[in-house]
Amino acid sequence: MGRITLDKVSKSFGDVEVIPPLDLTIEDGEFTVFVGPSGCGKSTLLRLIAGLEDITSGQIRIDGADATNVPPAKRGLAMVFQSYALYPHMTVRKNIAFPMKMAGIDQAEQDRRIDAAAKALNLTDYLDRRPGQLSGGQRQRVAIGRAIVREPAAFLFDEPLSNLDAALRVGMRLEISELHERLKTTMIYVTHDQVEAMTMADKIVVLQAGVIEQVGSPLDLYERPCNKFVAGFIGSPKMNFIEGEEAAELGATTIGIRPEHISISTTEGQWKGTVGVAEHLGSDTFLYIHSDVSPSETMTVRVDGEFSARHGDTVYLTPRAERIHKFGADGLRIE
Amino acid sequence: MARSIAPRRKAINTLLAWSVGFLIFFPILWTILTSFKTEAAAIANPPVFIGFDWTLENYQAVMERSNYSRFLWNSIVIAGGSTVLGILIAIPAAWSMAFVPSKRTKDILLWMLSTKMLPAVGVLYPIYLLFIKFGMLDTKIGLMIVLMLINLPIIVWMLYTYFKEIPGEILEAARMDGATLREEVIYILTPMAIPGIASTLLLNVILAWNEAFWTLNLTAAKAAPLTAFIASYSSPEGLFYAKLSAASTMAIAPILILGWFSQKQLVSGLTFGAVK
Ligand SMILES: Nc1ncnc2c1ncn2[C@@H]1O[C@H](COP(=O)(O)OP(=O)(O)O)[C@@H](O)[C@H]1O
Ligand SMILES: [Mg+2]
Repeated sequence: MGRITLDKVSKSFGDVEVIPPLDLTIEDGEFTVFVGPSGCGKSTLLRLIAGLEDITSGQIRIDGADATNVPPAKRGLAMVFQSYALYPHMTVRKNIAFPMKMAGIDQAEQDRRIDAAAKALNLTDYLDRRPGQLSGGQRQRVAIGRAIVREPAAFLFDEPLSNLDAALRVGMRLEISELHERLKTTMIYVTHDQVEAMTMADKIVVLQAGVIEQVGSPLDLYERPCNKFVAGFIGSPKMNFIEGEEAAELGATTIGIRPEHISISTTEGQWKGTVGVAEHLGSDTFLYIHSDVSPSETMTVRVDGEFSARHGDTVYLTPRAERIHKFGADGLRIE
Repeated sequence: MARSIAPRRKAINTLLAWSVGFLIFFPILWTILTSFKTEAAAIANPPVFIGFDWTLENYQAVMERSNYSRFLWNSIVIAGGSTVLGILIAIPAAWSMAFVPSKRTKDILLWMLSTKMLPAVGVLYPIYLLFIKFGMLDTKIGLMIVLMLINLPIIVWMLYTYFKEIPGEILEAARMDGATLREEVIYILTPMAIPGIASTLLLNVILAWNEAFWTLNLTAAKAAPLTAFIASYSSPEGLFYAKLSAASTMAIAPILILGWFSQKQLVSGLTFGAVK
């Protein structure tokens, strides 16, 4: 079991309130991702749940029981750190065994779980090495192994992939998702990378300056962002924002349209523009277009890989009307 | 990247280093040489350095007159005991300063170190009275405690610098893994800091071994360590340089040998880990 409830939880460092009072429930078995720009308080929130920081006010409940003053060792949660935080003086086997040793699990059971974890994480051949003799990806897997064996109520991940190179990152992302499918244990995953959030999460919590902007499934956030911040943060490439007359006509201060919801033509359309840069990725092409409707920023349009366009070409853009997001002067979504 | 130094510069640097090293070592060398001379040769002017008749008679005389092994045993117990006591107190102290610092931690560290600037004789009287009161005069346990206390600021400071280099996340990981504070210190912090702790231990043993003010003032016969053994040869019967040198050589030999075999640890210890 692993249902975690935050009730008006806040955190200040000295006089600085990093997290204003906040409510959040993480259901048992859910894969929840905290996402937001760097410095928004994701790690702090995770460390409050872990018990590594004391909360300033409010209450944390784990499976209904008040855990506010329970030390981290007693909360039954496992954490995977960005720096891996392996014990450098112990072998991989000892690293993985450590939480079980602390829990007083008998040796035979320890060995059984280590073997199972090592097999699942491809670490069988490395059990007698020290962390210093492993690659980044292997260290990451040891950290995960150490978290799995104690069968925690929930896993906490703090940007576990950000020290890996791009190719490994995708692989590990899949491994962690698969782990979740297999174990069905609650996982809370912190990242600043919205692609990780979109691909892994059952539920995304978007944070800005310690405040929850929106909670929802990846598709919820993509289709119905509740304000401009979420709209701009979720989705890649970023949503285009248009202000002024075009927006006013629809009764909004700002309208937003995603690059994949704009159709393009060389002959006719709603907005005229010229191609600035064309990025050909093969399957897709991203066009960055200068247009009078959005004088301050270039507009991004996603088109087929076959579409040929070059710098200076004149093009016409037409947004798909049902995909236009409307925002008021306060930045909130207008239905 | 290694700095490239012109070979000539390097030769000059090497020469300078050896000269300074020799200058520092010279008194010790002279003491050792003198210990193998006859008393007459020892006071010869100008002094002879190599071309004298080597003799072991001073060592025989010293061994006959004093119970060297008892002094040696006292030195070992006092230096070792004060070091063990000190480290047991210093590890938790340095842990809290390194990992749960308060606003005043830096001030406290500096203040602790500043007690080393006080002349020891300034507290001789109160300490002497305390020793009388608690019946600790001329006891090994009394000296252990005093030496532990006078070296404590240095070893807390040294351990603090070593602990600061250990990433806090590793200790947090241990906490998440269910370790209590005690287990965290025993299984994670201490093994990771072993090189630093070893340097600190060594330095403390040497400082305690060589400490002469308190060991001379607070002991008489029973607990007297090797410092008292040396002092007993700068005696009222007049100066016997050769015998004094033999006693000194015997007193410093154990620590010199220990120092020789642990040079690397010591250097990194004395430079507070700056040289790796
Ligand atoms: N121990 C601390 N003392 C003071 N301020 C802190 C401390 N830890 C974090 N902060 C501040 O809290 C804010 C949120 O930090 P953090 O949770 O690490 O952000 P994120 O993980 O989202 O990048 C930052 O402004 C950071 O400077
Ligand atoms: Mg962070």
